[in-house]
Amino acid sequence: MSAPTMPTSTPATLGRRILRQGRYETLTMLRNGEQLILAIVLPLMALVALSALPLLDDMGASRVDLATPGVLALCAMSTAFTGQGIATGFDRRYGVLRFLSTTPLGKAGLIAGKVLAVLAVLVIQAAIVSVAALFLGWSPEPAGLALGAGVLVLGAISFTALGLLIAGTVRPEATLAITNLVWILFGALGGIVLPASRLPAWLEDTVGWLPSGALGGAMREALVFGQVDVFAIVILLGWSLLASLAAIRWFKWS
Amino acid sequence: MPESPALIIDGLIKDVGPVAALDGRMKRVVAGVSLTARRGHVTALLGANGAGKTTTIECAQGLQHRTGGNITLLGEDPQTAGAALRARVGVMLQDGGLPPSARPVPLLRHVASMYENPRSVDALVERLGISAFADTTIRRLSGGQKQRVALAAALVGNPEVLFLDEPSAGLDPQSRLMVFELIRELRSQGLAIILTTHLLDDAQKLADYVYIIDAGETVASGTVAELLSEASTTQAHRSLVFEGPAGLLPSPALRSELLLVETRPGSYTVTGPLEPADLLALSTWWAAEGIMPTSLHLASRSLEDVFLAVSGTELR
Repeated sequence: MSAPTMPTSTPATLGRRILRQGRYETLTMLRNGEQLILAIVLPLMALVALSALPLLDDMGASRVDLATPGVLALCAMSTAFTGQGIATGFDRRYGVLRFLSTTPLGKAGLIAGKVLAVLAVLVIQAAIVSVAALFLGWSPEPAGLALGAGVLVLGAISFTALGLLIAGTVRPEATLAITNLVWILFGALGGIVLPASRLPAWLEDTVGWLPSGALGGAMREALVFGQVDVFAIVILLGWSLLASLAAIRWFKWS
Repeated sequence: MPESPALIIDGLIKDVGPVAALDGRMKRVVAGVSLTARRGHVTALLGANGAGKTTTIECAQGLQHRTGGNITLLGEDPQTAGAALRARVGVMLQDGGLPPSARPVPLLRHVASMYENPRSVDALVERLGISAFADTTIRRLSGGQKQRVALAAALVGNPEVLFLDEPSAGLDPQSRLMVFELIRELRSQGLAIILTTHLLDDAQKLADYVYIIDAGETVASGTVAELLSEASTTQAHRSLVFEGPAGLLPSPALRSELLLVETRPGSYTVTGPLEPADLLALSTWWAAEGIMPTSLHLASRSLEDVFLAVSGTELR
């Protein structure tokens, strides 16, 4: 045999690959200016507006106490659904998903890295929004803090799966349009920052079935009253499951 | 004992669809391709656009699921293999697969972090002349610069098998020389290199073994030398091109098997089974008419002749 023998290349460990991909995607998201407006500036504006305007009065808690859980839910939708969906849509267009899936990272590692990045950005958003809310007089129910964090993560998972489903099935321009439009519609009328009871009557019963209404409702129930909204959590679990199965079935890598 | 080939594709079949133009039926884009790629060799898949080359190697990379046939890459089935196999295989996609907002060096460092013992990013960057644009975002790079970054990304894991889909696409002549030289060097280090190309010149310059793919099938294969000699025996077809004054035709006395045409004013091509006596007939004609050709060229056999002979498809 004339060819020299070569050392066998080995992959980095699974944990390290996912961590590195998560870190890379987190930094990419944080460097994207439009993404930062959607992820941080608009939620902060919503927080200030809801604290200043009489939209949440007479609901048994202060304006900022009712507003903050919804704004945290809005942050999850911004990052997990719109931001992550658009980024994935364009990565798919440019063949980035295919290239990375040929490296040791693989398809599963790529998705895991994206989920990790969404959670990392969400932690930063939640910290900024919480600090701003505390300055506005927010006093969350201590018993509901851990529950609220869990609900927020569940919401992020539902919206990540929905974002991936859209990004993996339509053109990136359509993903951009759909995820932005849905963000506005859900943000205004989806029960995420405005509770269902403050929406027009014909929407009041519907939004509880939407991921936006379920997440907003469960966050308020946890952080305002320290209560578990079982129905909303079941709805979120249902959306996570359905969107994940649909994404596994229909997601196109190229 | 001979070393087992790095890649064995046996009777690969790939259907895609359903395709609207076929009334919702599946379209067979690869219909039984078989090939073998050895370590220390450059194996080329040569064919027109749409012949099924990319689909074939994407099945070998595990990016596409095959409909039928078998693929063994470094002893494993790429469709079910895990990270350990992917670490030993480098892939350069046709469209590069690089995120447009990334910068070359941080991107390469990120890809390197997926491996336990990657190549030195600095050395690769130096070798491929990426330093000059290391801080430019991918979207602002020229096609050739992107191609070099994509090649570096395919090599950073120190693979044993390297897939290159249209490696010279978009390369300026200098980059092309640089890339070709690197490919030969990697071959001498024992890598199995599998490349697709629609450029005969690439195959002729780089490949140890060529598979000509047409309409999803392997229509010819062999070393470049074998393919060329096969063509010269099976098809005694040569051409002679000369330039001189315009409007010389019709000409006298060339054998009826030969075809002489004025392809553009003052440029003439003789095609057919040319023999030494035909050259004498041509020069006798020129001497009688007082014609001195300004150029004279006997076309040598190229892979293009082989390609046209076996596939009948015009390369684009």
